[in-house]
Amino acid sequence: MGLLSLFRSKSSSASLAKERLQLVIAHERTNRGSPSYLPMMKQDIVSVIRKYVEIDEDEVQVSMESDENCELLELNITLPQFGAGGTEDNGDIKG
Amino acid sequence: MSKIIVVTSGKGGVGKTTTSASIATGLAQRGFKTCVIDFDVGLRNLDLIMGCERRVVYDLVNLVNQEASLQQTLIKDKRVDNLYILPASQTRDKDALTIEGVARVIHKLKQNEFDYIICDSPAGIEKGAKMALYFADEAIITTNPEVSSVRDSDRILGILQSESRRAKMDEEPVKEHLLITRYNPNRVQEGQMLSVDDIVDLLAIPLLGIIPESQAVLEASNAGKPVILDDESNAGQAYNDAIARLLGEERPHRFMEAQKKGFLKRLFG
Ligand SMILES: Nc1ncnc2c1ncn2[C@@H]1O[C@H](COP(=O)(O)OP(=O)(O)OP(=O)(O)O)[C@@H](O)[C@H]1O
Ligand SMILES: [Mg+2]
Repeated sequence: MGLLSLFRSKSSSASLAKERLQLVIAHERTNRGSPSYLPMMKQDIVSVIRKYVEIDEDEVQVSMESDENCELLELNITLPQFGAGGTEDNGDIKG
Repeated sequence: MSKIIVVTSGKGGVGKTTTSASIATGLAQRGFKTCVIDFDVGLRNLDLIMGCERRVVYDLVNLVNQEASLQQTLIKDKRVDNLYILPASQTRDKDALTIEGVARVIHKLKQNEFDYIICDSPAGIEKGAKMALYFADEAIITTNPEVSSVRDSDRILGILQSESRRAKMDEEPVKEHLLITRYNPNRVQEGQMLSVDDIVDLLAIPLLGIIPESQAVLEASNAGKPVILDDESNAGQAYNDAIARLLGEERPHRFMEAQKKGFLKRLFG
């Protein structure tokens, strides 16, 4: 190690790179197995909900997770507020 | 039975063509009848690295379109016996390839009793790269010690596991090998670059070899001579080790240690 590197912090830029990669790769791996019909199914779900309430497409999040013995479809739908000053209705439907 | 090996990476410029040329040459040197196919249609380069650019007459697209025979298209290497090059087309684009067309080419190579078919993939995750990996039995994931290369390698692993022929036919999965190229141990030691252990941790596939960053690679491509033929060079020796491991031999990994620096460099890092 050179004199200058004594002053360099031990938590190097390479370890920062590794941490960031760990997060992003883990995230991308969970999305990897998701079936190709997922975006279309999301469209259909949005149009069903729109029969009853006005929502934006990006207020519906659909994701798929799987562990050893089952696949879990997770729906996260943010509904708009009821009337003026009403409390926000945040419907979490999981199944 | 021919074994099909794809050299792939997602990211461009990491050393796929350099690797394809050296792996194919090394296998042929060991007596295996080997063909190396340039799948980079539109950006032919393997011919230059193999030093046969002036002997290209027909190319992969001609072969796929049945405009030329296999015998007319294959270029026999002048230095190494058992080695054949199948160049990419320079005038067409990647849409000129179809799974059926490539399947026919692979089938003909099998009939001609090739032991190894090495597929040099283009960069990216589009059609060209998918075509190159589709028929693979094994994959050499070429990765540089750098964030975007590691992430792209993980992407391409995902594609191998879902879109290769083996995945689609529910056969035994493509055998994956990690090849770390352009490795610079000094910069790893200084904490500026991901280490071998970091990359193996992240990608979690078996390590085939570490090819050090080496001036000899540039010199080899200038001369049109795969770097493995330069057996004085670190990179050439590292490719040789990788081939031995590919064939099942166990060899310790080399070229991972930082070089001792001169006094001045040591003082000033
Ligand atoms: N071990 C090495 N040491 C030094 N330079 C290298 C090494 N490996 C590859 N290179 C250089 O890196 C550059 C890219 O190499 P190469 O063409 O093999 O990459 P590639 O992955 O095939 O690129 P592309 O994605 O464009 O097809 C070339 O200039 C090559 O000489
Ligand atoms: Mg290339």
